[in-house]
Amino acid sequence: MDFQLFIQQIINGVSLGALYGLIAVGYTMVYGIIRLINFAHGDIVMMSCYFAFFGFVMFNLPWWGAFLGATALTTLLGVLIDRGAYRPVRNAPRISALITAIGVSFLLENFALVVWGGRPKAFVRPEIFAHVFSLGGVHILSLSIWTPAITILLLLGMLYIIHRTRVGLAMRSVSRDMETTRLMGVNVNRIISLTFALGSAMAAAGGMMWAMKYPQVNPFLGVIPGLKAFVAAVLGGIGNVVGAVVGGFVLGVAEILLVAVAPGLSGYRDAIAFIILIGILVFRPTGIMGQRLPE
Amino acid sequence: MQDHRIRNELLTLAGAGVLFFLLYLSTQYVSDYQIRLLNNAAIFITLAVTYNLINGITGQFSLEPNAFVAIGAYTSALLTLSPAEKEISFIIEPIIWPLSVIQVPFFWSLVAAGIVTAFFGFLMGFPVFRVRGDYLAIVTLGFGEVVRAVANNLQPITNGPLGLKALHNYTNLWWSWGFATITLLFIGRLVASSYGLAMKAVREDEVAAEAMGVNAFRTKLLAFTTSAFFEGVAGGLLAHLITTISPSLFTFFLTFNLLIIIVAGGLGSTTGAVIGALLFSFGGEWLRVVEEPMTVGSLQIPGIPGMRMVVFSIILIFLMIFARNGIMGRREFSWDWLLGRSRLGRLIQGKGR
Repeated sequence: MDFQLFIQQIINGVSLGALYGLIAVGYTMVYGIIRLINFAHGDIVMMSCYFAFFGFVMFNLPWWGAFLGATALTTLLGVLIDRGAYRPVRNAPRISALITAIGVSFLLENFALVVWGGRPKAFVRPEIFAHVFSLGGVHILSLSIWTPAITILLLLGMLYIIHRTRVGLAMRSVSRDMETTRLMGVNVNRIISLTFALGSAMAAAGGMMWAMKYPQVNPFLGVIPGLKAFVAAVLGGIGNVVGAVVGGFVLGVAEILLVAVAPGLSGYRDAIAFIILIGILVFRPTGIMGQRLPE
Repeated sequence: MQDHRIRNELLTLAGAGVLFFLLYLSTQYVSDYQIRLLNNAAIFITLAVTYNLINGITGQFSLEPNAFVAIGAYTSALLTLSPAEKEISFIIEPIIWPLSVIQVPFFWSLVAAGIVTAFFGFLMGFPVFRVRGDYLAIVTLGFGEVVRAVANNLQPITNGPLGLKALHNYTNLWWSWGFATITLLFIGRLVASSYGLAMKAVREDEVAAEAMGVNAFRTKLLAFTTSAFFEGVAGGLLAHLITTISPSLFTFFLTFNLLIIIVAGGLGSTTGAVIGALLFSFGGEWLRVVEEPMTVGSLQIPGIPGMRMVVFSIILIFLMIFARNGIMGRREFSWDWLLGRSRLGRLIQGKGR
């Protein structure tokens, strides 16, 4: 592999990894706060793509309008899912909550299938993201630069909220000890809703960039990014926001490089993430940046 | 107690006799479509009962059945196809040597399916049971995806995305219900044995179980490997019922259906798993109504394909929120219970008036 191709692949890997990281943040925040693997997270990603799609097609919004609208709707959806499905099972055994999450995931997928049909819809890349420029023989889609940039920006924003604001303090506190936090007068349910809102907003950002990267939308689009983002979250140490993004980058680059080095294995691309996952859980269950042992 | 046990054995035998008599009647009088439903129901009973062994009885929330069913289905299908048929099917890449010449009778292919799947289950158990709870769920889900990726890509063995076609329709009511009966008897005995007690102890409190001298890891591995065996055979039966298999058949969707079944029946109850499987197989057919075009008054409502799954998902969520114990909870059916309740039973026991 020559140098140019190598750089090209690294850029591909980084931009793919940024997407995994962005989606992984939502997983890791929800898991950190209520110890629930939100199986529906990938499908929240999918819903955001449909919202943006309809923003373009039905309301003829400019791209930023469609994206902002879709993010708002996705945020609302995340909060509604928490209130409608997860809050009633919050004090139930954890497995019940997990089964509920699987139910929500299937509900969203099949809802999309019934309402919008199974045929993939073409997603238009706005001009600003569709621009291609070459740099010393390396062709780069502007989206590939925007994706990691936006990811880092959102990550910094998230870190600011978590570490520098009062609600962030409450979030960290709930993740340590929900009962004590409640006794301190914090409205725990509102904090959990906020966590879902923030996670879903990040998922929306990730989803729309995913839809631009592979410019189509279908009801099952969220499954694979969802699963891989989960792997990224575990890789980075679940509950750790920075770790999630780092895990995403590592996974994205590893995946692209493996396919680049051994094209014969490209069919196993989706399996690679799981093999990595099994490897981490067996040999280093705390992930790259985690401290806590998984139960 | 002793005479009760003999009585119960006899009743079980009689129950099996009645079941098989009904099956005989079905083969004579019932339409092909209904026979197909009955076959499906039996396979789902087998799958649900064995899935419940690991999820309900041993309490390890695992999402592996699609992987095991796939392994079993492929193993058995590759063994029953004749060398000539395999040569025709494998158009992209020829099938590898030992498989290309082997052909065995259906029964032995099922045995092989069970053994091969149990072997994979045993191997998987080592990494899988290093983690617990929701991690276990994700890792087993991951195995399902890996198995599917392998089925899609290992063309010299699995024929890739094309799958295996034109399998012989060997699975009939005798095979499917016969195996479901064997599964029920075996799993029932296993759960009632000291191994079953160990499994339940692990479910309730792993640390306490270890303290009492139960080897938790070995117990989980036993449950997992046993599940794998039965799910593998069920996969073989399924393959020879629908006669065409491809990787897209064994998605997480299959696991999802089984999960609904055992949750609705009551996690941890074998009886519940059977009831759940029956409800799912027959209820699922009735639910087809929601996908068909309807006329309400003068209003025409077009059919909505896929609506059934929306209904199933909502049922699952509602079950979790409002009826977490399902139909049976952790209770089990027993002859003592039945006879204790009915008047006839009291008469037999001499307690009636």
